[in-house]
Amino acid sequence: MGKDVTFRVFRGEPDEDGDSCGEMVDYTVEMDEGMVVLDVIHQIQTEHAPDLSCRWNCKAGKCGSCSAEVNGKPRLMCMTRMSDIEEETPAGQPVLVKPMQAFPLTKDLVVDVSWAYELNKTITPLAGPAEFDWNFQQNEADRVQEFRACIECMLCIDTCHVLREHKLFDEFAGPRFFVRLANLEMHPLDTEDRLASIKDEYGIGYCNITRCCTDVCPAGINITDNAIIPLKERIVTEYYDPIAWVAKKIGLRK
Amino acid sequence: MTDVTTHEYDVVIIGAGGAGLRAAIEATRKGATVAIICKSMLGKAHTVMAEGGAAAALGNADPRDNWQTHFRDTMKGGKYLNDWRMAEIHAKESPDRIRELEQWGAIFDRTPAGLTNQRNFGGHTYPRLAHIGDATGLEMIRTLQERGIHSGMEVFMEYTVRKIFTNDGKAIGCFAYNRADGTLHVFKAKTTVLATGGITRCWEVCSGSWEYTGEGHALAYWAGAEMGDMEFVQFHPTGMIWPPSVKGILVTEGVRGEGGMLRNSEDNRFMFNYVPEMYKPEFADTESEALEWVQEVIDGKLATKRRPPELLTRDVVAKAINSEIKAGRGSEHGGAYLDISWRDEEDVRKKLPGMYHQFKELAGVDITTQPMEVGPTAHYVMGGVKVDPLTQETTVQCLYAAGEAATGLHGANRLGGNSLSDLITFGKRSGEYSAKAAAEMDGWEEIPQSEIDDIIAETLAPFNRKGGENPATVVNELRKMMQEKVGIIRTKDLLIEALDDLNDFAARGKTTSPGGSRIYNPGWHQALEIDAMVDISRMCTMAALAREESRGGHTREDFPTPNHSHWGKINSVIMMGESGEMVLEHRTYPPMRDDLKDLLDASDLHEEEE
Ligand SMILES: Cc1cc2nc3c(=O)[nH]c(=O)nc-3n(C[C@H](O)[C@H](O)[C@H](O)COP(=O)(O)OP(=O)(O)OC[C@H]3O[C@@H](n4cnc5c(N)ncnc54)[C@H](O)[C@@H]3O)c2cc1C
Ligand code: SF4
Ligand code: SF4
Ligand code: FES
Repeated sequence: MGKDVTFRVFRGEPDEDGDSCGEMVDYTVEMDEGMVVLDVIHQIQTEHAPDLSCRWNCKAGKCGSCSAEVNGKPRLMCMTRMSDIEEETPAGQPVLVKPMQAFPLTKDLVVDVSWAYELNKTITPLAGPAEFDWNFQQNEADRVQEFRACIECMLCIDTCHVLREHKLFDEFAGPRFFVRLANLEMHPLDTEDRLASIKDEYGIGYCNITRCCTDVCPAGINITDNAIIPLKERIVTEYYDPIAWVAKKIGLRK
Repeated sequence: MTDVTTHEYDVVIIGAGGAGLRAAIEATRKGATVAIICKSMLGKAHTVMAEGGAAAALGNADPRDNWQTHFRDTMKGGKYLNDWRMAEIHAKESPDRIRELEQWGAIFDRTPAGLTNQRNFGGHTYPRLAHIGDATGLEMIRTLQERGIHSGMEVFMEYTVRKIFTNDGKAIGCFAYNRADGTLHVFKAKTTVLATGGITRCWEVCSGSWEYTGEGHALAYWAGAEMGDMEFVQFHPTGMIWPPSVKGILVTEGVRGEGGMLRNSEDNRFMFNYVPEMYKPEFADTESEALEWVQEVIDGKLATKRRPPELLTRDVVAKAINSEIKAGRGSEHGGAYLDISWRDEEDVRKKLPGMYHQFKELAGVDITTQPMEVGPTAHYVMGGVKVDPLTQETTVQCLYAAGEAATGLHGANRLGGNSLSDLITFGKRSGEYSAKAAAEMDGWEEIPQSEIDDIIAETLAPFNRKGGENPATVVNELRKMMQEKVGIIRTKDLLIEALDDLNDFAARGKTTSPGGSRIYNPGWHQALEIDAMVDISRMCTMAALAREESRGGHTREDFPTPNHSHWGKINSVIMMGESGEMVLEHRTYPPMRDDLKDLLDASDLHEEEE
């Protein structure tokens, strides 16, 4: 209570080439009990820098707006408690807050995630029933409800080396969208088949199952084991399994 | 001359929550070109935060339910100030709107028979809320978003609309700025739909985000629309109260629907002492009966017992908690204890995963073993833009409104779950009728350059002001004032003071200086919101001052009881007068059809007093 904390926050905008250009600026504010990182950022806006950019909405881990890298780790600022941050930050050092590094910078802590919105539009939508006459059990719902918990925070995208280091944004859909694709493929009411695009357009083969995405997912989705691996398995069965291939040729499978 | 980009669309929808997205889907389906504009990114509107569920009489969890009972519950919960025509449409059409969501990919929790499951909520006679754990809003917005992006609508995200242009009482377009890059835009529209959500950010303790400054409501008012029922603000009984930084964040009513009990510091289950006369026959009067009801529900049986008083309507529960605190029986940090820990740990985690997570992460409380501490939080505004019940057109021609921005369905108090179903029922209607009207129009009307120049100058003005206050300071103080003087319990003197204070805030709002540039500058954005917050706060205060009784979301300490014969039959209407002043009137809805009247509890209607 009443203790001071110093945040070292990235302030800047892209330069003419679109590269991040800015500096880390120190701000010291007084903390109140139970604060989260986002509260400190708001305190900084109120006391020092009204024009410090950051996104937020729900302040309760439900909307996925406040993603940033705190002490180098991608997380939701609204769900990161200062008590935990104090524990992990070396004594006498400021807390480092930077925007997500995998995306182009807009300003300060805000990044441009339009790639994700554009990619989402290319995914074949659900083909559901024409009449109101379906019926499915909770165990079928369970399989996809996990995927539907995604809050589109993009922390998994920020973490995945295929995108963060190798920048394969044109070839690889990234964990968030494998979650979405798995949701569609395993949806009890869907009749579409997206396996070809998952293999070719969305490049699931680039994923080498490092599980870094699963580690950062604030919605607790087991992205790698429950979404990506089953999709990979379906692709193997569809395209590389000789028995399935023959069965398909002679019309035993769709 | 400042650069402005001009766009032309048949239908421009302001707001991308449940109501706006549902409207967009319908309008594109009718062949209109559609722009949808929102302040946050797509999928992050308030709707995403909704927890407990969407109310519709599907009759899956209890076959005794039907639209008639839903209609009756909505009217009773609204203390009969609802527009009965909207309540009828909502009760009849919401089941298909929910089914439609599933058809488009939503996955609600199931009944053992494989149908959409429904949970109990305050004021609903039967289990009625379709839900997915406690993240129903996420399910709704994601489903509509994923449907919407393939519908052909054009999304303008992180744009704020600051003005609706009118010509001769008719809406012809709007002006917006892009929050991310500061560019300026004019949208010419044949018809415009306002789906801008609520206003609760005008109070210090609220469940809303920065978006809820009431700009949408203000846009309509400034354009000349009539605003109704603005005194009715819902204080949700259960917001988090500890630690200070989470104060106001919502604790879903689903906790009580799943058997959560409210206790005071003396370990007393106080809600038994607060059952209003009109609800006495429907609620348990002993703890053992209440518990038996919960047990029946958990076992998946049709309830034969009467429900626990924790499931009374929100206005009643919020006031009860408030009274307990005032009487010195509050919890450690000045609220009430809400306890679900008596239920099986697995069930709590499955049914309320968000609450489990929220308390664990933000308060260090494990709700499967410990009680939560809760208190009232400003949550929803029943008041809003007055609309035609069938088409959702406002009193400004070619301007439509739907969702929380509109008024009528909820009367003096909204039942939990009735908002999400309101969004899709009336969102659809607004999309349909706005597109139809647009199809009958030849082209776009010219927006006078002088009006465009004026709004640009006003929008950029904060940059020309140096050395003024930080806009955040003004906003924070305004919210504190509203909490204190126009809060859950109101009195004449404080309301009059509030009106004075608001004049000061209006003046201060015109002198703030945010500094910085036009690129993603929250200080600038906030400086621009103050006018709207002031006008919205004024409307609430004015309407609250005029209503000399207590009803639903409006409680006057100096007039503590409802006055059925007079106030029970009239609604407040606010509009802008000839010289820009705020004018208040009182009106009644047309008389209710007899077949609908027969569905209501005769003794509630107080017709004998007429
Ligand atoms: C925490 C919480 C839980 C809730 N739980 C439930 C529940 O379980 N069941 C239920 O029925 N209801 C619930 N509610 C209420 C319900 O969620 C809201 O009333 C509802 O989502 C409002 O939807 P809407 O479409 O009207 O507006 P919103 O979803 O709020 O969307 C408003 C849109 O308008 C945009 N906008 C606003 N102003 C402007 C402007 N000037 N320019 C451009 N765009 C603008 C915003 O950016 C946003 O896109 C809950 C509310 C909260 C806060
Ligand atoms: S598991 Fe695959 S998708 Fe996830 S971070 Fe690793 S490589 Fe990326
Ligand atoms: S999958 Fe998880 S980490 Fe990725 S966007 Fe969704 S919620 Fe965020
Ligand atoms: S603000 Fe919504 S997730 Fe952090």
